Amino acid sequence: MEIALVENLPQVTWLGVLIKAVLILAVISALAGFGTYVERKVLAFMQRRLGPMHVGPYGLLQIAADGIKLFTKEDIIPQNANKFIFMIAPIITAATAFIALSSVPVFPDFTIPEFVPLLGGVFVPSIASDLNIGILFVLGMMAAGLYGPLLAGMSQSNKWGIIGSARTAVQFLSYEVVTGLSILAPIMLVGSLSFVDFNNYQLEEGVWLIFYQPVAFVLFLIAGFAETNRTPFDLLEHEAEIISGYATEYSGMRWGMFFIGEYANMITVSIIAAIVFLGGYDSESTFGWLTIMLKIGFFFFLMLWVRAAWPHVRPDQLMWLCWKVLMPLAVVNILVTALVIMV
Amino acid sequence: MSLEQFKNRNVGVQSYTTLDVGTPPKTSMEKFTQVVTRTFKGELFVGLWVVMRNMIRSLFMGETHTIKYPFEKMPISPRYRAIHDMLRLLESGSYRCIGCGLCEKICISNCISMDTRYDEEQRKEVSEYTINFGRCIFCGYCAEVCPELAIVHGPRYENASQQRAGFSLFEDMLTPIDKLNLQQEYDGFGAISPNADENIKQTPLAY
Repeated sequence: MEIALVENLPQVTWLGVLIKAVLILAVISALAGFGTYVERKVLAFMQRRLGPMHVGPYGLLQIAADGIKLFTKEDIIPQNANKFIFMIAPIITAATAFIALSSVPVFPDFTIPEFVPLLGGVFVPSIASDLNIGILFVLGMMAAGLYGPLLAGMSQSNKWGIIGSARTAVQFLSYEVVTGLSILAPIMLVGSLSFVDFNNYQLEEGVWLIFYQPVAFVLFLIAGFAETNRTPFDLLEHEAEIISGYATEYSGMRWGMFFIGEYANMITVSIIAAIVFLGGYDSESTFGWLTIMLKIGFFFFLMLWVRAAWPHVRPDQLMWLCWKVLMPLAVVNILVTALVIMV
Repeated sequence: MSLEQFKNRNVGVQSYTTLDVGTPPKTSMEKFTQVVTRTFKGELFVGLWVVMRNMIRSLFMGETHTIKYPFEKMPISPRYRAIHDMLRLLESGSYRCIGCGLCEKICISNCISMDTRYDEEQRKEVSEYTINFGRCIFCGYCAEVCPELAIVHGPRYENASQQRAGFSLFEDMLTPIDKLNLQQEYDGFGAISPNADENIKQTPLAY
């Protein structure tokens, strides 16, 4: 695996990568837990409620209470389930969500100060592994994450689970082509698949890619909502129709792993959208890290906002939308972009 | 209406008025136009704005609907019929109840039982008085029939218990003598609720 290093930066060591991996794992899973709190609060305010209020100030410790509940709950494996697949499916969802984050820039570069024992002087890169095919890898990993719901639904010998996994297949077939095609046009403009190159391109041009590629941005956003199973397209676990879909038989931490995976995916999609379309982290200005945080936060908030406002679509409507509307639009967008580049 | 007419469930032959919902698109061009117009209509953004407006209102203008119940309570209507109160005379502090027994007589679930005697001044007073709240249906007849406004319905509505029979004695319901100045006069069944002004809204015709 080729590691494209940015010039004039210290050598990336295996220890730095390891520290980065642990950091991503710790921070993102904490953020995923915090995301559930934020989601409950935002949805509550949008429906003029208060949300969690009693555990800690303003319900901030609700995450801890939920965590204790999830960890201590009995882990039930249903009678006729395929035990091995049933047990491994949530791990696929959570693991792929974090693997996808390994080639996404998450925090700025930093060097651990010298006075820290054992780890002093280690350079921690902003990306755990700066692959030159970063976007492909991330999209591929997030797509592989759908094996989780698919296998979970089929292994649990429950009709709602089966319907849930069938819908997973429908959803996967629908959005995946749009995700790839929509992000192809920006890739053609930048000429690279690395997130760092996207960031630098927009820095050099001085214009965010959303102004060059508004159609691609909208298409990617729609496909991203489908990819993370967020509300207009959360067919997999639509409570009103199929109980909980693929998660019907899950309890305790296995169920929690699905949710950590889902929220990690939401963060990943937010990061991709922020870097590819909204200028990314401005590495030259002092507040680059703050602006990227705000951009990521905006996309995360948008997902909650949309959930409060819009109804679900049916599976056939999703397929209709993706294949008959979004896919042709994406192809036209690519053609127009190609013509503009050539001329 | 004859029985035949009544049994006719065939929608469309009766005098129904159908709404004008337009005609569904027939040709593929019409279908395409419909999709495009609906796509750019911006109705989805109206939905987004509606929830955002609600969020702003509830966050910054304090317009949440939630009442943190055990800590906050809504004002209840004076007409509300909860656990009974026994009132005292404000001037002397003695019981208003004259032991007439009308409440016991009128009680349709037979939950009031009382006993009376003559006190040393040969005035009738109530010696035993219980209400079985396991039987009481809170109909309000006792409060309505009382000639002295002695038994009224108070505001205590949190009366869940673990037993069916929950007896309340006269002294439990009586206004404590040291809290006589706090005794609320009973507004009666016809009274409006204390927050009636806030609840007034324009009739839909005025919009």
